Amino acid sequence: MIMNLFVRQIVQILLVIAMAPLLMGWIRQCRAWLANRAGAGLLQPYRELSKLLRKQPIVAHEASPLFVATPYILFTTMVVAGAMVPMTTTRLPLAGVSDAVALAGVFALARIFAALAAMDLGTAFGSMGARRAMLVGFLAEPALLMVLFTPAMISGSTSLVVIVRQLARHGIILYPSMAFAAAAYVMVTLAENARLPVDNPDTHLELTMIHEALNLEYSGRHLALIEWSVAIKLFVYIGIGAALFFPWGITQGHDLAALPIAYALLLAKLAAAGAGLAVIETVFAKLRLFRVPEFLGTAFLLAVLGLLVRYLFGH
Amino acid sequence: MSWMRLSSPLPIHHAWVDSALWRALAVQWHCEDGQLIALWGSDERPAGLGFVVHAVIICADKWHWISLRAGIDNPRFPALSDLFPAAARQERALFDLLGIACDAGDTRSWLRHDAWGPADFPLRRDFTEGPPTTSADQPYPFISVRGNGVHEIAVGPIHAGTIEPGHFRFSVVGDEILRLEERLGYTHKGVAKRLEGMPLRDGGRLAGRICADSTAAYAGAYAMAVEMVCACAVPPRALWLRALLWERERIANHLGDLGALCQDGGLAFGHTQFGLLKERWIQTHGRLFGHRYLMDMIVPGGVARDLDATAIALLDSECTTLVAATRHLQYIVDDHAGLQERFLGTGRLAEAQARALGAVGLAARASGVSCDLRVSAPTPPYDILNTQISLHHGGDVAARVAVRFEEIYESARLIRTLLAALPTGPVRADCGRPEGSLGLGAVEGWRGLILVAVTRAPDTDSHHVHIHDPSWQNWPLLEHAVLGDLVPDFPLINKSFNLAYSGHDQ
Repeated sequence: MIMNLFVRQIVQILLVIAMAPLLMGWIRQCRAWLANRAGAGLLQPYRELSKLLRKQPIVAHEASPLFVATPYILFTTMVVAGAMVPMTTTRLPLAGVSDAVALAGVFALARIFAALAAMDLGTAFGSMGARRAMLVGFLAEPALLMVLFTPAMISGSTSLVVIVRQLARHGIILYPSMAFAAAAYVMVTLAENARLPVDNPDTHLELTMIHEALNLEYSGRHLALIEWSVAIKLFVYIGIGAALFFPWGITQGHDLAALPIAYALLLAKLAAAGAGLAVIETVFAKLRLFRVPEFLGTAFLLAVLGLLVRYLFGH
Repeated sequence: MSWMRLSSPLPIHHAWVDSALWRALAVQWHCEDGQLIALWGSDERPAGLGFVVHAVIICADKWHWISLRAGIDNPRFPALSDLFPAAARQERALFDLLGIACDAGDTRSWLRHDAWGPADFPLRRDFTEGPPTTSADQPYPFISVRGNGVHEIAVGPIHAGTIEPGHFRFSVVGDEILRLEERLGYTHKGVAKRLEGMPLRDGGRLAGRICADSTAAYAGAYAMAVEMVCACAVPPRALWLRALLWERERIANHLGDLGALCQDGGLAFGHTQFGLLKERWIQTHGRLFGHRYLMDMIVPGGVARDLDATAIALLDSECTTLVAATRHLQYIVDDHAGLQERFLGTGRLAEAQARALGAVGLAARASGVSCDLRVSAPTPPYDILNTQISLHHGGDVAARVAVRFEEIYESARLIRTLLAALPTGPVRADCGRPEGSLGLGAVEGWRGLILVAVTRAPDTDSHHVHIHDPSWQNWPLLEHAVLGDLVPDFPLINKSFNLAYSGHDQ
């Protein structure tokens, strides 16, 4: 029984680590198709990671230990976040020990380390990127919390496991409050993962960068770990979204037979979310930096509307 | 002083002037809203003239080329940059290359990046190249902005992407630009020095390689200047084919830029679509003209290849297809709220500013300054083509995008007109031996006016070639256009000008 739980947890962690680059590849491939390009294929992120992992990292003389430690911290925090989200089953040892607010805290921890490391060398771009990342972060975080509170109010708990159980038990009911929260969640996901229209993950123009500017001084396996943690973060965000808004198919019992179906459903959810993300990124242009607060303000407003609808009308 | 009408299709006169007249004429033309096109120097000691400073100024559609003997031992000339700001960097470059000083305030080196010593002047004919200097760069005093919360962002010359080297020093508060100062000269290759050692008729290949995206315009201007020195009559069919190549080059670059502007705006779809159109366009170049970027097509005396009837039909139908596809894309770009939000009002350059700074070419036209050689001083075949100038008054990125779209349509129309009435006959004449002492060629390239001036000492057969890129005028515009904009919008604004590094630095 304990063994069973342990195996499930390990499987989920390995799945998150191994599949995250595939999700990235899928999004890029969808974007390429939508732009009439052939694309580099689903496995391109793996090739890039293996290339970077084989390269020697170059570290500036002035770098402090924080600079070197940060890629490992980012990778670890994202893996921990990935372990905490019930993606295929609610019977996860780590999913029970923390709630959605703690999860937001884990992301905040990673962001703070990324910003500190970027400022560590004192380069103009690192500081600029850190400043902009914190601007996006401090606006996105309250919106994220507000989003989480709506399902928490419905299910009476901030624990993702309880939320999934409660919502899945209700069957397919359309909560207007959850529709508001879902829209806000999509906007927060775009901002937190440095996707268009907030940030352009493909840009090589250092002055426009937000997230990429944080990584400019990294190379070799350090950069590989950062790129990998970026992919895991997006994977986890989609996993949280699926748990909150599409909890159906996540197994709740100890029955192992239901797990393959749960995994297949997770894949389908990820594929659909990735394709949707690609559509959003194709249709929208990048926002002017000073429009980002409006964008995230809108996300916050939607999340609050969701809460109000739930609180005032009980839907 | 006597004005000499030069035998050129351009309405140009030349005169030798002294210091007082140099200054007086400049003041007069400045008052008449004249425009300084180029300022350069040459070492004419072999001809017994000492160091000479030249300027070409257009005033009321008349072209004036004035030359001033600056002396031999301690050459000096009166600065023009107080009247024409576009002269400032050219005066600094003039000192770096030839050691001809002027009384302008800014004496910082411009093209010299410590690759040669402060007392060495590479364009002097007695300059011998020593071992390259490897000393550390001397500090370059940028003008700093002081105040609470002001800090500097230094960008380049090495960038995060694969782009040409230029240094941009931003003074910012948060993400708002208070001041931008450019530093260029990193790609100085000494083309002028190399051209001195080559026979005039062979220099066209090198001139066409200074700035690859404008190779047809560069080679064309060079050929015009050499043909003037050699008194060579170019066959009409060659002139028409040259115009065809210039217009095709313009379209290719506009397509590439529009794609890049979409990309910088975050609309990857537009980048791919314009990239596709450009790629098909330049593949046709490769098939019909032997080079995707049209290198070596224009040679002194004519053009290197002729077109047959099949090729003419193909080029004509290609214009129709391209215009239809571009109109469709323009509909998408104009209709895209997100992209328009980025374009509108960004990087605004007011008309008065553009005039004062002497803006040329596309950037000037987007700020409402009517400035197009094809209209103001049309050389054959433009004299009968009735080119419609694309003028917009916004001065922002959106205006520069709109001008690009309109110029694509207009160039396509010109190409079809040229193809429909292409004269028969040979496409190349023998250039003959150089005889004259002055030659000048000018072409409205896609960025703006490209000028090539040849000065030659007939007795000694030595010559100097000056090649002027419109980016000399337009790089300073960027410093003004970005004021008050956001740092992350700079790449978009920069791309909307898309100025040359190699053409400027040479």
